[in-house]
Parts: sequence; structure tokens; C-alpha cells
Amino acid sequence: MDLGEINPILLVASLMVAATPLLLAAIGELVVEKAGVLNLGVEGMMIVGAISGFAISVETGSPWLGFIAAAIGGAVLSLLFVLLTQFALANQVASGLALTLFGLGFSALMGQRYVGIKPPSMGDVHIPLLSDIPVIGPILFQHDPILYVGIAIIAAVWATLKYTRVGLILRAVGENHDAAHALGYKVIKIRIIAILFGGACAGLGGAYISLIRVPQWTEGMTAGVGWIALALVVFASWKPWRVLLGAYLFGGITVLQLNLQAAGVAIPVEYLAMSPYIITILVLVILSADKSRAPASLGRTFHASH
Amino acid sequence: MTTPLLSLQGLTKAYPGVVANDQVSFDIGEGEVHALLGENGAGKSTLVKMIYGLVKPDSGTMLLRGQNFAPPEPRAARSDGIAMVFQHFSLFDALNVAENIALGMENPPPMGDLASRIREVSETYGLPLDPYRTVGDLSAGERQRVEIIRCLLQDPKLLIMDEPTSVLTPQEVNILFETLNKLRSEGTSILYISHKLEEIRTLCDHATILRLGKNVGECIPAETSARDMAEMMVGSTLQTPERSGRDFGEVALDVSGLSVPSPSEFGTALRNVHLTVRKGEVLGIGGVAGNGQDELLGVLSGEIQTPADAIKFNGQAIGMLGPTARRKIGVLTAPEERLGHAAAPDMSLTENALLTGSVREGLESSGFLKWNETKQFAEKIIDAFDVRTPGPENAARSLSGGNLQKFVIGREVLQNPDVLVVNQPTWGVDAAAAASIRQAILDLAAKGTAVVCISQDLDELMEISDSFAALNEGRLSAPREATGLTVDEIGLMMGGAHGMEVAHV
Repeated sequence: MDLGEINPILLVASLMVAATPLLLAAIGELVVEKAGVLNLGVEGMMIVGAISGFAISVETGSPWLGFIAAAIGGAVLSLLFVLLTQFALANQVASGLALTLFGLGFSALMGQRYVGIKPPSMGDVHIPLLSDIPVIGPILFQHDPILYVGIAIIAAVWATLKYTRVGLILRAVGENHDAAHALGYKVIKIRIIAILFGGACAGLGGAYISLIRVPQWTEGMTAGVGWIALALVVFASWKPWRVLLGAYLFGGITVLQLNLQAAGVAIPVEYLAMSPYIITILVLVILSADKSRAPASLGRTFHASH
Repeated sequence: MTTPLLSLQGLTKAYPGVVANDQVSFDIGEGEVHALLGENGAGKSTLVKMIYGLVKPDSGTMLLRGQNFAPPEPRAARSDGIAMVFQHFSLFDALNVAENIALGMENPPPMGDLASRIREVSETYGLPLDPYRTVGDLSAGERQRVEIIRCLLQDPKLLIMDEPTSVLTPQEVNILFETLNKLRSEGTSILYISHKLEEIRTLCDHATILRLGKNVGECIPAETSARDMAEMMVGSTLQTPERSGRDFGEVALDVSGLSVPSPSEFGTALRNVHLTVRKGEVLGIGGVAGNGQDELLGVLSGEIQTPADAIKFNGQAIGMLGPTARRKIGVLTAPEERLGHAAAPDMSLTENALLTGSVREGLESSGFLKWNETKQFAEKIIDAFDVRTPGPENAARSLSGGNLQKFVIGREVLQNPDVLVVNQPTWGVDAAAAASIRQAILDLAAKGTAVVCISQDLDELMEISDSFAALNEGRLSAPREATGLTVDEIGLMMGGAHGMEVAHV
């Protein structure tokens, strides 16, 4: 056992990478839930995003086009959820589970030709001056662009929900859809936009795994990150910055336990492997002890009846 | 005559199977308080939804100050100066007052400016409000202020109020009326929907009466008796509940020194409640919702268990008995919430009849259900209480509120209880049905049943109660003889205006 082999700078830098897929998927789902919709199909949308992004970037040679395709792929799959829950008024839980199962199967089918191929790499951003700062530079300023996009989305969602009228209307729809309807807001339209945004974010998160984190395509490679994202939204009490915190915590412990395994710590691998889940949940349970609660219309079907 | 502010001409709206509004025409003048009267299902709500742009009329026209007016959506109606205070508050509990108000405005100013305007307007109209409080923490009266101020900030020409006083204490009603009178003196027209006739007589200049979607008459409320208006609404002579003698027997139900914490987080604990009800007596319990009514019902029904001695029935300690055991000895209850508490929404009326009737009516034997007898029992309730439904196999959810209320009250009444506890027996029920429910309660009392009637409708309590007590924050006032009580005395028993200042306008 040699803990000295663990490089703290590399560790922190790689935890940000490990956290990004989770962060993207969770912030998308947060917006969806703030609008009062519970979409359990995050895992399905992520994996479809992963293969869409992978396939397009292999075919075109451009990771950027790949990420755009991933966002579109996730959004298109979420369109199926829109159809089921907003127009056919189907149960949201069942529809979301169906979406996950469908996405897992469909992505395996789409990905058959892509197993074992290496995707084009995106390359890191080297921000001049900042990235040369010792310690902080390699940790904060030498990452791929999508990682920064993820943080930017968190900030944007936070500011939108807190300061803008659009955000206020979105929260209102999630809080009491009947009242929002009575005031003349288009509940269904707002929810569709939120669901599509959630799908696009989940797609980006999936593609981040297949194009940057791993990077290759294997079946079922999202490995439950979508489910963690769902739990993260709840434990983060529907607050954007707590999503970031929770994602980094989870990512950090994931990376740390891999490092500990490599360093040969005398703890059974299974315990190390389960530690990120347990510690993240524990910390978030403690954090979520404040009085903020779920949007009141969460998961309820809206039907405009006069 | 000058052009009216809003003129409705031949408005018609049909839904599958029912014509909600049939050729409705009337005018609302400038600065007029116009009442719209009618029973449940008379088409009042559909009519105002058409004015507010939530529903499009099938035919007919509206003229606003002589101009054609057909709002495609509420937004358009609001920008033309129509504002509406909803019957079921259209507020968002998790948002604060200012955010709620911003949501109801077309072009809200920045939050800081809005907050100071809310303060300003709310003080001008005698309705003090803190813009940064979360709406979920406000009382019913304060929540209504939020809605009214949301409307006032838009300088409405016409303010529509749908049953605004149903949740207010008498003092709060006075505050509201002062505000409305001030608005009228400033030239704002008000369309006031209610079925409380005395209110309309004090407040309104003109009334239009709807029955089954049709305009059946107009009157000047101040010059028309409440009874005449009620009969126009119902379309037939109204039966006032009557009872013969008031002879009370021995004490049937005796609650003493009862203190119970509330089972729910936002409930009200009961504190040292004393009450006695004699055989043949109707005890009316008033008070604003949320002051322990649900808990009191739970304690009396057996859903919340208490020390055995705290509740006595004919001298027998029953505090530890659960609902079924209490039903067996004759203590029956009908809770307020029809769907989900009094009745299982998706089960048929037959099944619902079984749920509370099985013990006393003998609807099961050795664990097997007697469906034939149960069906007969359900049909008996439907016949005796004029429940309008195609048959007992229909789901409880499919009945209108009033019909289901008749069913759940009838179900208990027909089981010949010794003690009957009802909570809000005529909530949301139209005048004719309410009268028949009250009559049934009085008939039951005349046969010697001790009745506890918890209600927020003071007129109802005054009509049927022998003695009256009020719940306020879980404490029950000492019961008093009901005859001769004045509204002011009742208001004081209910705890005044709940910390609300009286408007100084």
C-alpha cells in the first residue's frame, strides 16, 4: 500500500470529470421536476445520448457535432415521454420506467457497429495565464469545454429560476398547475419545454461518458448514473448549487476509491465500490434537513378541465 | 341611460350532455356591485370564466364599454381591465406574496418596486400584507388579500369575486366589504358571486339570478327579501328546516378535559376541550377552518384515540375504542372531506355503503359480505335522500359534490345513531339539498339522537343548533344557548378576526 502514489492535484481534476455526467443529468431533471414532472427516464435518455453522440462524432470526426447530436438524441427520446404523459395523460412513473428500458435496449441496437472503436478526442481548453497557475491551474483550468458548459448550465439554471420571470412561471407551474392555468399560463407548453431541456441535458451527460470519461462505447455504459441523478435532485432539495456539490462529492469519492484500490488499501473492493453511493446519500440527507420541499404538483397529471 | 361597462348578450356555452349557459344576457353598470346568484351547477362559474377568457362561448357577444369584447385568454381579459378573485384560491403556497402577485400581472415591475407598491396599495385599502411572507403560512383571510391586491394593482375596471366570503370570519367579512365599498366609490364595478343572500342584500346594487344556465330574473337586493331571492334560485318554494319540541334527555356524549396533539404536522392540537350533548340536542360548533375541527372529529370518531375517561358515551368510557367499535355502540361520524375520507372515490356507492354500514346494518357474516343486503341499503339511502345517480353501482367520484354529500350524510342517518357527529354537512351543497340535509339532522335529533354539528357556516349553525360553541386554536369556548346569540358575540367566541386589524378606510 502506498498512499503517496495518489496525486492530489490529479485527483481533484479527475473528480470534476467524474462528476460531470451526473451533474448534467441532474440539473436537467431538476428543471423538469421544478415544472412538476417526474421523469424517471433519465438513465434511458443518457444512454441514448451516449450512443447518439458517439456515433455522430465517429462518423463526422467532430466531438462538437457529437455533443449536439447527443443533446438532440436525449431530447427526442424525452419527446416520447411528452407524448405519453402530457398528451395521453399516462402515469409519469410508469412512462419514465418504460423510457429507461426502451432507451437501454434501443441504444444497444444502435451501438452494435460501434463497439471497440475509439472516438475523436475533444482536447482540453488551456486558458492562457490561468491554466499556468501552479496547483489551481491544472485543477480548474485545464479541462475539456463540456465540463465548463456543465457548470455554466448550473449557474444559468440557478439564475433563471431565481431572478427571471420565466423561472418564476416554471416554478409556479410545478407548484400548482391548476392555479397557473387559471392565471392563463400554458401549463402543457411549459412542461414540454422543461422535459425537452431535461432530455437534452441527460443526453449531454451520457455523451460525456462515452466521448470523454471512458471514451468508448459499450452497452449499458451509463451504469446507473441516471438513477443517482434522480436521487441527487431530491437530496439537493431542488437547489442547483447543491446539485453541483452533490455531484462533486459523488465524483470525488468515486475517483478516490479507485485510487485507493490501485494503491492496494486493505479494505475489500466491494466496500470501496459502494462508498460513493453511501457517503453521497448520507451527506445529502443531512443537507436536506432544511424545510424546502418538493414542488407540490410533482408527478401529478394535469388536465385542463373547465 | 349611459353605456354599461360590460354588456352580455345571449351568451351560450354547452358541454357534452349539459348546457352550462343558455342565452344569458345582463348588463353591469359603471361603479356598480352586481350580484350573480345561483345554486351549484347553475352556470355561474362558466359565465365568469367566459368573461375572464378561460372559456370561449359557443355563441353570444360581450360588449365592454360598447366595444366588442371576446378575450381569447385571461391575459387579454386582464389587459382590458378585468380582474378575478377565485373561489378556490389560485395561489402558490411555496412562493412569497410578491412572487404570487407578479404571476398575476402582465408586466410586473422589478421585485423591489413591486414590494413597495404592494405595501402602499394594501395600506390604502386597509388590507395590510407583508410582500415577503410565504403564502403557505398565511391565514385564509390573508390569502384572499393577496388575491385582491393582485387584482387591485392592475387598476381593474371590473373585479370579479367568486364566493369570496366562504372562508372568512364575520369580522373579516366586514373588512372585505369596507374595501369593496371603497372600490365602488372610486368607480370600479364588481361582479359578486355568492349564494349567501344576506351578504348580497347588504352589499350589492343589482342582482341577476341564474338557474340551470338560464337568466331567470333580476332584482334590487336591498328591496327583495332573502327568501324571495332563494326561491328564485331554487325555482320552487323553499322548505325551511323545522323541528317540533326541544326536549332533551340525559347526557349522551360527555367529553371532559380532552387534550390531544394533532396527528398531522400542520394540524392544531386540541386543548382542554369540554363538551356535553344531551339526547335530542344539536350542538353547533363554529370556528374558522384549521382551528381543530378535523382533530375534534377524529377524536369523536375514534380515529384518534384518547385516554378512555376523556370521552364518555351514556356514562361508558369510550376514549380507547376505535371507529368500528364506536359504530357498534351507536356513535357515528361523517367527516368533512367527501372524497377520500367520508367516501372512497373509486369505489361504488354500494361498496361505500358497506364501508361504514357493515357493523350496524349486519352486512357481513363470518367474514363474507352480503352484497344483496348492501345494495338494498345503498338504494335505501339513494331513495331517502334523493341522491341523483343512475344507480348504486356508480363510483362515488362520479357524483356531484352535493349528491355525494347527501349520500354520506344519509348513510349515517339511516343507521339510527345514538350520537352523530358531522363536519361541514352542507359544504358546497346547493340551497335545496342543504335544507334537506339540515332537516334530516333535525329529524334525527327529534327522535332522540345527540348531534354534534361542526360547521363554518354560521347561518346553518344558527338554524339547527340548540347550543353553540366555537373552536379557536384547539380550544372550545363554553357552549351557550343558540337562540339570541348575535353575530358579534359569535365573532368574539370565534376569537375575533384572528389578529387582523380592522380596516380604517
